[in-house]
Amino acid sequence: MSTAIQSGAAAVTNQQAAAAPQTPVIDLQGLSVRFGSREILKDLVCSLRGRAIGLLGPNGAGKSTLINTLLGFYKPSSGSARVLGHDIRTDTRRIRSLVGYMPENDAFISKMSAVSFVQMMAELSGLPTEAALERAHEALFCVGLAEARYRELGTYSLGMKQLAKLAQAIAHGPKLLILDEPTNGLDPSARQRMIRMIGDIRDSNRLQIVLCSHLLRDVEDTCEEVLILNQGRIAHYSNLEEERKANKRFLELELYGANGDFTEAVEKLGCECATTANRLKMILADGVEVRDIYRIAAERDVRIRRLNFRRDTLEDIFLKAMES
Amino acid sequence: MAVYRRSYTSYAGPLTPAWSRSLVLFRYSRKKLFRSKLQTALFVLCFFYPLLCLILIYLAHNLSFLERLEANQSISIDNRFFFFFINVQGVLAFVLTAFTGPGLISPDIANGALPLYFCRPFSRAEYVLGKASVLVILLSQITWMPGLVLFAVQSSLAGAHWTWDHLWIAGSLVLSSLIWIAILSLLAMALSAWVKWRIVAGALLLAVLFFGAGFAEAINAVMRTQSGHFINLVFLMKTIWTYLFRIDTGQSMTSAEAWTALLVYCGICLALLVRKVRAYEVVK
Repeated sequence: MSTAIQSGAAAVTNQQAAAAPQTPVIDLQGLSVRFGSREILKDLVCSLRGRAIGLLGPNGAGKSTLINTLLGFYKPSSGSARVLGHDIRTDTRRIRSLVGYMPENDAFISKMSAVSFVQMMAELSGLPTEAALERAHEALFCVGLAEARYRELGTYSLGMKQLAKLAQAIAHGPKLLILDEPTNGLDPSARQRMIRMIGDIRDSNRLQIVLCSHLLRDVEDTCEEVLILNQGRIAHYSNLEEERKANKRFLELELYGANGDFTEAVEKLGCECATTANRLKMILADGVEVRDIYRIAAERDVRIRRLNFRRDTLEDIFLKAMES
Repeated sequence: MAVYRRSYTSYAGPLTPAWSRSLVLFRYSRKKLFRSKLQTALFVLCFFYPLLCLILIYLAHNLSFLERLEANQSISIDNRFFFFFINVQGVLAFVLTAFTGPGLISPDIANGALPLYFCRPFSRAEYVLGKASVLVILLSQITWMPGLVLFAVQSSLAGAHWTWDHLWIAGSLVLSSLIWIAILSLLAMALSAWVKWRIVAGALLLAVLFFGAGFAEAINAVMRTQSGHFINLVFLMKTIWTYLFRIDTGQSMTSAEAWTALLVYCGICLALLVRKVRAYEVVK
């Protein structure tokens, strides 16, 4: 048996890739993809290193094309790209051994039970038969299809088929999970379940995720970094984690009994303010804390009815990117 | 590891060698194939004629029985016997292919499963090889393998002299079967890749052979030529088989022409497969 089985070289490389934070998950260097006369992706340059990366964009922006190019399905017309440090032109096979892919459309093998399907896919990724069977059961338990794992895939509902696709993507223990519109066609509760599951997988810290979606909520709920594509170009790059931290300096107050004194006092602390009716928006200056605002309000007998950390939502970021 | 574990775990165990991945596809496809009772019954049926041939070979060497029948001249085990054997088994191979072939690739394409195969360290060539191996091994089991068994039985009964004189028949059995298997496999897979519905793909396979033959004859009759035979797959195969079994049937086509035509057929089928068997179609 030992002669028929290679050493787990790929697995070792996986660990190395994950252990080295300096290696970007995706590194695009002027990547362009052309189908005939149409240029689908245009000179993309970026380096993504997050644990969960969101690919956002309107329909036809080039998200799926980018994923398919990274997987080696399409050849780049110019430029280059690296996935986990491997060149997509020369190391396609290696990249595919490190990646788990959940395609956007229906993808299954009819007249096959879910467990056989996932086992076969794991075997095609290089797992020995026994290990593949064990991993198939585990993956199906993990995605919540344990009870239905012996049923034929053709009898599954749309939500179950999505979960089966997720199971086949994680069964072989990839280092990078690429999810193309994972919540497509799911009802709200199934969508919630899927997002929670993706979050759990991300939090396991054993793999990195690239989530491609046109649903802002999905990306906002799961991703740390967002790359927004529009018409084949990078419209915006945003590190959501950093933005969330930065946005803690943005405050929105609803006041009762306020007059110009209060705003002046706050501005004297170095904060930028904008007043609308009984609302006050401000950016806290360095060294100023929320309790200072409360103190000033108490001194001037101003009641603060509501205080929000007003941050740009992903929707704001997305809309700005589309406008620009 | 426990199968009830609900959280994601990575895999750091051993991996199988890259060359063995096609065998995975072969194993699963074959298992799926024999789940059909009709398929299994048809496969078993394909062994009836080899069994009959085996009995005939035995009878041909059983002098007392032949004397009783006074038919010692009627059963002759020679190149014509094996040529007839390969003709019968060739027809059965075609019928088996018509049932089996269309189900190989078309379900994968209809259900969009190709990206799932090709997002793994598994190439398109390995996919085609894995699927083709199902047909190649299945058809081998009913053509040249029983043919060689018959040859071996005849050799053991007829003696070394006969074996030495007729050794070329063994080569012809294998070669003629492999050509037919290659043509059938490529044709079935190409049609299976282009036609999503399994039944339609099966019907098309029948049409290529029967309508092809009819169309070829029509061309020959209308244009008063013999070039219509180039699109008649059965005629091409028969030309090559008669050449391989050294039987003179006065064919109007030379074996070189038939070989060339078959190679063109194979090339077209391969081009069709290359065009269709890919993760996603590129719309230019």
